[in-house]
Amino acid sequence: MYDLLNSIFGNEYLAAIITAALPLLIFILPFALFAVLAERKVSAFMQDRVGPNRVGPQGILQTVADILKLIQKEDIVAADTDKKLFNLAPVLVFVGSYAAFAAIPFSSAYIGSNIDLGIFYILAISSLAVAGILMAGWASNNKYSLLGAMRSVAQIISYEIPTALVILTVVIVTDSLNLGVISEFQTAYFWNWNILGGNLPLLPKLLLIPFMIVGFVIIYVSTLAEVNRTPFDIPEAESELVAGYHTEYTGMKFAMFFLAEYANMFAVSAIVTALFFGGYQSPFGYLGNLIGLEILIPFEQLFWFTAKGLFFVFVQMWLRWTLPRLRVDQLMTVCWKYLIPYAFVNLIIVALIILL
Amino acid sequence: MKQYFKNTWDAIWTVLVGMKITFNHLFKPSVTIQYPDVKVALPERARNRLFVNMDDCIGCDQCARACPVSCITIETVKSVPGEDLGKTSNGKKKALWVTQFDIDIAKCCYCSLCVYPCPTECIKMTDVYEFAEYERENFIYRFSTLTEAEAAEKKENYAKVEAEKAAQKAAAAAGKTDTAAVKPEAAPGVKKVAPLPEGSVAEQKLPKDNPANTELNQNKSENNS
Repeated sequence: MYDLLNSIFGNEYLAAIITAALPLLIFILPFALFAVLAERKVSAFMQDRVGPNRVGPQGILQTVADILKLIQKEDIVAADTDKKLFNLAPVLVFVGSYAAFAAIPFSSAYIGSNIDLGIFYILAISSLAVAGILMAGWASNNKYSLLGAMRSVAQIISYEIPTALVILTVVIVTDSLNLGVISEFQTAYFWNWNILGGNLPLLPKLLLIPFMIVGFVIIYVSTLAEVNRTPFDIPEAESELVAGYHTEYTGMKFAMFFLAEYANMFAVSAIVTALFFGGYQSPFGYLGNLIGLEILIPFEQLFWFTAKGLFFVFVQMWLRWTLPRLRVDQLMTVCWKYLIPYAFVNLIIVALIILL
Repeated sequence: MKQYFKNTWDAIWTVLVGMKITFNHLFKPSVTIQYPDVKVALPERARNRLFVNMDDCIGCDQCARACPVSCITIETVKSVPGEDLGKTSNGKKKALWVTQFDIDIAKCCYCSLCVYPCPTECIKMTDVYEFAEYERENFIYRFSTLTEAEAAEKKENYAKVEAEKAAQKAAAAAGKTDTAAVKPEAAPGVKKVAPLPEGSVAEQKLPKDNPANTELNQNKSENNS
């Protein structure tokens, strides 16, 4: 994509800026608009309600109206906040989740940055959000904000361990940290996806299947915790902490946190998709190959990638409206006593299978 | 160790069960009643906004007296002889001009106690329950069919007739005994004390609740000032 734009404009910087802005403008913002509406609609349907249905046909313009409202809101900064950190925090949180999109392979033709350390980079850069969250909580000078931020940080740091361990198992199977390569590894049909053992000879493939499923469950649970979604949403538990670390934020700064949360939801789903569900690979082969139009293939890949990502976002919402919130001690128990041991054992077994 | 695996299994299994339940609800039709568009039929005896059918009101003041929060204000003027107020739908003859019939619906507690004593069933609960207002004054519902000018006219008429009667009575009294001619303008209160004069036609036509009426008249003058 960068090369293409570079050849069109003949200017490296312009091409780089456009490439960098693409996921934000054509993906994250529309996705956040869509996801907020979807969240409300899904929650409504699961509770036998109707959901927003006044703004636009069937309420589809509801989030647009919400955004317009947020833009118009007064930007309130409480007197005793640490102004610099307070203003920096939402930017930092959003940057953390936005930067993760750089290495996500949307299709074979568009990976923001096809670096060899792809998944490692995502793991590292998404930790930036932790700093932002703690900054927000501390600078707000508010007990709820601080408590929420501390919980959030404890949670994110804890759950990064099982995430990293499961990512390691996938890396062992696919032999690469590059998300593009990992996606290519699972090419062709859905039985080549990592969740079904990957593109390996039959025997290790069959042996791997149960362990990959365990790995998928672990990474899904822990990424759910990393983006602070229910049942792991104690950092912003409404019933205890008002709104957690973004209690003191209003208007666009609040919107930044909101945007970051939804961007994170998709980023996490995209990672799960890329690691276990074939990334941008179609499960049935491509229409472009069938009718001989190769130009179609990247678009189909984009479609499959988004479809899979959105499915996992939907599952996140589904879980949110199914499960109650965990307590802090339960949260840590799930992570340290259950997920991490399972992830370790899983890693060792997968490594043994690949070795043999 | 066994407990550990059981916990794990329970966690996964119960989450799946819960997800199945919520997934089924995803396709159930919603139970929401979208209120302003769809309205549920009210129960038969629901009590909402009061309405007074002034064609039937005889101004008996019973509803106002029954009201526990005094939200009904009624003011009546007696009709003068020769005026025909018509009849109510259940055949009662109307004798009073209802110059004021105000219900402060903001005070109303919807107890329906005013509805039961009404002899002509003209005050009743309707099924209207959407009557929010921006101004508190708008909550005072004025049911009287008479305009202010008309009401003033009726009062004037009555006062005129009253004055005539008083004059007649004074004349009659003066005719009978000179000593009793103390009453100069024949205050109504005095009339009650002096039931002596009999025989004059005008006197006999006076209803017995004269004092009450004068009280009302006094109230009126207070209100006017």
